Amino acid sequence: METQSIVSLSDVTKTYRQGRVQITALDGVSLEVPQGDFLALAGPSGSGKTTLLNLIGGLDRADSGSIRLNGNDLGAMSESELAGMRLEQVGFVFQSYNLIPVLSAEENVEYVMLLQGVAARERREKARAILDDVGLEGMYDRRPAELSGGQQQRVAVARAVVSGPSIVLADEPTANLDSATGRALMDMMRSMNEAKGVTFVFSTHDRMVMDYAGRLIRIRDGRVAGDERREGEAES
Amino acid sequence: MKSFTTQMAWRNVWRNPRRSVLTMASVAFAGLILIFMLSWQFGSYDTMINSAVSIHTGHLQVQAEGYHDKRRIGQVVERPDAVAKVVERTKGVDTYTTRASAFSLVSSEDRTYAALVVGIDPEREPAVSTLESLVRKGSFLAPDDGYQALIGRLLARNLKVDVGDEIVLLGQGRDGSIAASAVRVKGVFESGQDEFDRSTVQIPMAAFQEVYAMRGGVHELVVVCESLDSVPAVKQRLASTLPGVEKGLVVLDWKELMPGLVQSIQMDLISGFIFYVILILVVAFSILNTFLMAIFERKKEFGVLLALGSTPGRISRMILAECGVMTGLGIAAGVVLGAAVTLYFEAHGIAFSGAEEILRQFGLPERMYPELSLLSATVGAGVVLLITSFAVIYPALRVLRLRPVDAISTIQ
Ligand SMILES: Nc1ncnc2c1ncn2[C@@H]1O[C@H](COP(=O)(O)OP(=O)(O)O)[C@@H](O)[C@H]1O
Ligand SMILES: [Mg+2]
Repeated sequence: METQSIVSLSDVTKTYRQGRVQITALDGVSLEVPQGDFLALAGPSGSGKTTLLNLIGGLDRADSGSIRLNGNDLGAMSESELAGMRLEQVGFVFQSYNLIPVLSAEENVEYVMLLQGVAARERREKARAILDDVGLEGMYDRRPAELSGGQQQRVAVARAVVSGPSIVLADEPTANLDSATGRALMDMMRSMNEAKGVTFVFSTHDRMVMDYAGRLIRIRDGRVAGDERREGEAES
Repeated sequence: MKSFTTQMAWRNVWRNPRRSVLTMASVAFAGLILIFMLSWQFGSYDTMINSAVSIHTGHLQVQAEGYHDKRRIGQVVERPDAVAKVVERTKGVDTYTTRASAFSLVSSEDRTYAALVVGIDPEREPAVSTLESLVRKGSFLAPDDGYQALIGRLLARNLKVDVGDEIVLLGQGRDGSIAASAVRVKGVFESGQDEFDRSTVQIPMAAFQEVYAMRGGVHELVVVCESLDSVPAVKQRLASTLPGVEKGLVVLDWKELMPGLVQSIQMDLISGFIFYVILILVVAFSILNTFLMAIFERKKEFGVLLALGSTPGRISRMILAECGVMTGLGIAAGVVLGAAVTLYFEAHGIAFSGAEEILRQFGLPERMYPELSLLSATVGAGVVLLITSFAVIYPALRVLRLRPVDAISTIQ
């Protein structure tokens, strides 16, 4: 714990009730994510990756244990405080259906800044700059339906990083992309991590994606089954 | 900020154009129907009241207390000239006339019928009532006509008399004596109201005074106000000034004089109201359905918005804005169409074949006209707005209860 952790989980459990059946999705997870990590949560389907990301992002609450984001205990926050925390400190990228269909690429990116109260002119400049960064120059006015799956995910990443969050949580961001497009997206995320120091936590069960990770945490049946740092293995 | 949100609402409205258009059309349709129907109702009430007022009662009448119920010939306004002076000076009064009446037997050579014999002021009456214009045969009375009479068409037919024939009136005078006199038919009138045409005879007030030994007394001082709206104020003014002129008088307005008319207006309002409730329910359900569907379909999207840091309150406001856009457009279309349809019929009227009988009872023309007013337009639009606002409350509340994880778990 030499550098300050952005995320700090200690003994987190989460159980879902479905009728009379109880499903333990997370079973005592402890985890530190320092600033600048490019961290993959790897595990088979149903292992608890999505649940973990949702808890870190304050979309859901843990049953026990504590989750801290930048030192703040999420369990002690109200719903609206959690919303404020998500707005200011967390970026999300989902597997699919990330974008608001009635908004253009630029407006999708602007939306977060709009909620933050950023002035119109600054919003536009920042949105266009970040869209340029993810390789979408000239596509500002396209609606999601007019973008390919890969382009949509790029817009989602652009939106997640645009206002400088502490952490970006990406739940299987490449799962709906073909492998070449998936690689390109991972390259882009990786370069955001390297150039701007954005902290990423992403889940996957794809070996190719795991290879991009600077740190790989294996999840099995709601537990941490392995945690390794792997330097310089990414290829372009 | 505002513009972004409204722009977003606007685009969301057009995401499912068919559904939105249908919803807006139902709002517009309700607006149209409400505006037209209300204009129609208000217009026909005005027609009903005005024609009843102008054939019969005037807006107000000054009578002796109790006369309206008992109709005894001795219950009179003793000093009609003095009362008239006060009435004439009262603000809001347009004109007035005096009348006296007595139930009598009316006989021709071979038939006898009961009828109401009314003494009228031939000079003043035409300004107060439409009687003069109803004369179909012969001519209206003049002040120096002496013992001449106007007679209803049906009564004339029953008695088998025509202009120039003589009829005999037989009744009781104010003093209890027998009142009898022969009068000559000068004109035959037809109001279209069978009851009136079957049982009324008018003679000049001077003749009435002599025949019925009225000693200057009259039964009704009929007042026409500048407008229907000014009636209550005039009534109040008269009620406070009249006791200074003559004791024992009351001022009755057209509602008190024609309780049956008021009742039938109320009945009509109630039956209209039931129809409106049904109409409004249809619109309410259409709005409710549209937004519940939209919320169901857009759960993922709301999940993304919540993940981005938006709040249920903000999403709820967006739903309200979308409802506002749809309702606004729907109502605007409804007002325009409703006004257009109403104005068309205001110009051309609507004919009621088959309902003449009922219409006649109130002396109504067979062709009636709606009357577009600020009231009917705003009430129609306002009611629709109110209902749609109510209908969207439930969907908006459902959004407020949205938890991020529930919305987000649909993304996978
Ligand atoms: N909303 C839910 N209700 C009930 N069970 C759930 C719910 N979400 C996840 N689970 C269960 O929790 C376990 C972990 O799921 P999840 O976190 O989605 O895993 P992963 O993302 O790794 O596939 C699974 O067994 C899944 O069936
Ligand atoms: Mg998952």
